[in-house]
Amino acid sequence: MEHYNMNLTLKVWRQKNASDSGRFETYPVKNISSEMSFLEMIDVLNEELIKEGKDPIAFDHDCREGICGACSMYINGRPHGPWQANTTCQLHMRAYKDGDTIVVEPWRANAFPVVKDLVVDRSAFDRIIQAGGYISVNTGNAVDANAIAINKDNADAAFAAAACIGCGACVAACKNSSALLFVSAKVSHLALLPQGGPERKTRAMNMVAQMDKEGFGACTNTGACEAVCPKEISIENIARLNREYMMAGVISDK
Amino acid sequence: MLDSKIPVGKLEEKWVDYKGHCKLVNPANKRKLEIIIVGTGLAGASAAAALGELGYKVKAFCFQDSPRRAHSIAAQGGINAAKNYQNDGDSVFRLFYDTVKGGDYRAREANVHRLAEVSVNIIDQCVAQGVPFAREYGGLLNNRSFGGTQVKRTFYAAGQTGQQLLIGAYQALERQVALGNVTMYARHEMLDVVMVEGKARGIIARNLVNGELERYFGHAVLLCTGGYGNVFYLSTNAMGSNVTAAWKAHKKGATFANPCFTQIHPTCIPVSGDHQSKLTLMSESLRNDGRIWVPKQKGDKRKANDIPEEERDYYLERRYPAFGNLVPRDVASRAAKERCDAGYGVGTTGQAVYLDFKYNLINKYGKTEAGKLGIENPDLETLMRLGKEVVKEEYGNLFDMYEKITGENPYEVPMRIYPAVHYTMGGLWVDYELMTNIKGLYCLGEANFSDHGANRLGASALMQGLADGYFVVPYTIGNYLADEIATKPIPITHEAFEQTEKAVADRINTLMNIKGKQTVESFHKRLGKIIWEYCGMSRNEAGLKHAIAEVQALKKEFWSDVKIPGGIKEMNPELDKAGRVADFIELGELMCKDALDRNESCGGHFREESQTEEGEAKRDDENYAYVAAWEYKGESDWVLHKEQLNFEIAKPTQRSYK
Ligand SMILES: Cc1cc2nc3c(=O)[nH]c(=O)nc-3n(C[C@H](O)[C@H](O)[C@H](O)COP(=O)(O)OP(=O)(O)OC[C@H]3O[C@@H](n4cnc5c(N)ncnc54)[C@H](O)[C@@H]3O)c2cc1C
Ligand code: SF4
Ligand code: FES
Repeated sequence: MEHYNMNLTLKVWRQKNASDSGRFETYPVKNISSEMSFLEMIDVLNEELIKEGKDPIAFDHDCREGICGACSMYINGRPHGPWQANTTCQLHMRAYKDGDTIVVEPWRANAFPVVKDLVVDRSAFDRIIQAGGYISVNTGNAVDANAIAINKDNADAAFAAAACIGCGACVAACKNSSALLFVSAKVSHLALLPQGGPERKTRAMNMVAQMDKEGFGACTNTGACEAVCPKEISIENIARLNREYMMAGVISDK
Repeated sequence: MLDSKIPVGKLEEKWVDYKGHCKLVNPANKRKLEIIIVGTGLAGASAAAALGELGYKVKAFCFQDSPRRAHSIAAQGGINAAKNYQNDGDSVFRLFYDTVKGGDYRAREANVHRLAEVSVNIIDQCVAQGVPFAREYGGLLNNRSFGGTQVKRTFYAAGQTGQQLLIGAYQALERQVALGNVTMYARHEMLDVVMVEGKARGIIARNLVNGELERYFGHAVLLCTGGYGNVFYLSTNAMGSNVTAAWKAHKKGATFANPCFTQIHPTCIPVSGDHQSKLTLMSESLRNDGRIWVPKQKGDKRKANDIPEEERDYYLERRYPAFGNLVPRDVASRAAKERCDAGYGVGTTGQAVYLDFKYNLINKYGKTEAGKLGIENPDLETLMRLGKEVVKEEYGNLFDMYEKITGENPYEVPMRIYPAVHYTMGGLWVDYELMTNIKGLYCLGEANFSDHGANRLGASALMQGLADGYFVVPYTIGNYLADEIATKPIPITHEAFEQTEKAVADRINTLMNIKGKQTVESFHKRLGKIIWEYCGMSRNEAGLKHAIAEVQALKKEFWSDVKIPGGIKEMNPELDKAGRVADFIELGELMCKDALDRNESCGGHFREESQTEEGEAKRDDENYAYVAAWEYKGESDWVLHKEQLNFEIAKPTQRSYK
């Protein structure tokens, strides 16, 4: 790939802590190589800020290869930036050209309060998993792994749903801040496997109840979540969740 | 001083005997015993889940915002187990033997055998939890092969095996949180171990959201804090991976074993410039289907696809006909460096070799698929298309990742790859029970030194992490805690907590008050350059001595000129990083010291003074068949303790993959 350098203007959300009201600050950045990742560009800016005696921009990140789900920037009005099926850390600067202005904000949702700058609190997702996102099997109880054959299509579909990285982009993209894509991915992953069968009745009910309790909004089927999901989690999972939910409702009525 | 507590008896009976005779804690007493687990990667999450299930009161810690984000999530290729589902001659013994040999005879036989034994239980457990491993059309589990072995024993989930295993363990952990058996402390960083009367009894942790120091008591403390590859600055590890927890324990008396045993992985995306913050692995499993080559002609500037077959040097196949592209990592890495140093490297920097999939796309997968579909005499395009579909299913996410970073499509042009720091075999010394030489302080997963000797085979770190957490420590910790049932929880107002917290606070204050001119990042980069240059893929006496002096000087400069913005009582990632880099600097010195002391080549540790005529690593079993466990005495002052290794079953021979 040919590489080039560029100068950019960044408008970044700065917020000292949860109680600060926050504001945008504008920063020029110079000589950014098209080969850098987006976060490496932020690293360059932060080094500059530190040298100038200013507070660097706080943001979540760890693996920087699109798998841990930590990075979470809302870039020019889109979670994780312009590329399809991509996380912020995998976005590279060749997506931009000299002179561009880039606006960077945290995820915005009541259930994801801002901790500092671009860092938000996503512990609500952990609590949703606690409500039933597992198979109750203690260590040491398992039968031989090949004792139950699983049809490959189901195994592949379960894997596709299990690929969710828990980043929360789906929530950030949704005008109602619904977490249904995330919840449906987990419910589908487990419902598609025979091992997940015994708890199907309660899992969907409990996870959805917890989701509501955390303050995520309702799903109105706009599909904004699917469009920005870095792992291409399909909205079909939401349909499956609805079926699971109905089934659970019917059964628990008896 | 070091008692490895290896049970007596026949190798294959040791673990069974141990389990049959170790002390047990009755269920009512378990509820009174508290266990601190630092780290929620595969080792920590599995331990927390298993110990919570047993009824212990567990407190688990991680520095990320959720336990699901531990670095284990990034593991790609797979996990080994001696299931022999492929009927290709695998067995517990063979997995044991391959691992001891792969580790270049610097691991403990008893530990490795136990690892091979429990490997089969791991797969069963993960499947029961709903881990969606790859399957065949008949519905049964699929396997792939990995470097350094000749059987197919690796279970996988596309190129996301670590993610799927960690999510399994994370879910099991969250279930215990829901049941009240585990309390989870995310965004917390452990900054010291609290010792009471010679035993580990708690930790001091910093709340990374508000900067407060907090005290926690435990009857035992487990460190599951991962590897220290980031001492090199550039590595395939996650940005936050660090040595701090292990290093604090080391300074409290825990010996640090084989610090110089680090693994340089042969297939990573090469460095593109100075801005680079980390390197990205391309899983070793790709070597099953990719062929590694460089041009036969020095400095050949043609595009890869323009270089004809006969002008390519498939140097691994040429040098190691028996294993070819599947030689172990240390061997493959050195061979790549050798070609690049000799001027045959490719890409703009000349520091890269090709990993080429075309041959297998067409010949292996394309033709098989065409055969299945009954297509006679398929043309090249059809073969490519069919081959691509299979490769996409096996490694799609890796190919996408490569394209996002480099902007090149690896289905069309060969990948450019170069070795990069990946894993650390060294770590805190532990005995057979995974206890360090500090009573009540355990160490699991990559953070300990135990099972991989001088070179880890692919797909065996995930196996070790889960073995330690699900199947080893739940037994061995009982053997210690059975004698602790009368110990009442020690109040955190105890003077030991008081003093340890004060020492931690003093260090943070000192760091913040330096108010120098250079950023933490700039020190980290400089440290990484020194260690990579002199304690990386090849090492020699003069270089190591030079490196030690340089690291000592860097340490002085750091403590007098580092600049940390912000305050203490707030979220301050620069302060977090400063503490970690300060510890990496001290570790860097010890790594060089260890490498200098070990005047032999073994596994990933290549001493230029010790090589065969063909340039292969030459071990010295007479003088160095030991674990080097370093005891901290004071600044730049360590004492070496040797744990002699005895090989009763797997007799050391010169490793050959020819
Ligand atoms: C890119 C990549 C691919 C890999 N692929 C494979 C593979 O295919 N097969 C294989 O077998 N191995 C693979 N490995 C190696 C393997 O992933 C790791 O060795 C293993 O996952 C380590 O697990 P762990 O539980 O020991 O530590 P980690 O997963 O690193 O977890 C460390 C934990 O400790 C916590 N922690 C650390 N310090 C502190 C502190 N001071 N206070 C509080 N918490 C702390 C962290 O928050 C985290 O929760 C790969 C490694 C990399 C880098
Ligand atoms: S569903 Fe997609 S967007 Fe939502 S958390 Fe999972 S990976 Fe992120
Ligand atoms: S930093 Fe891990 S997904 Fe982006």
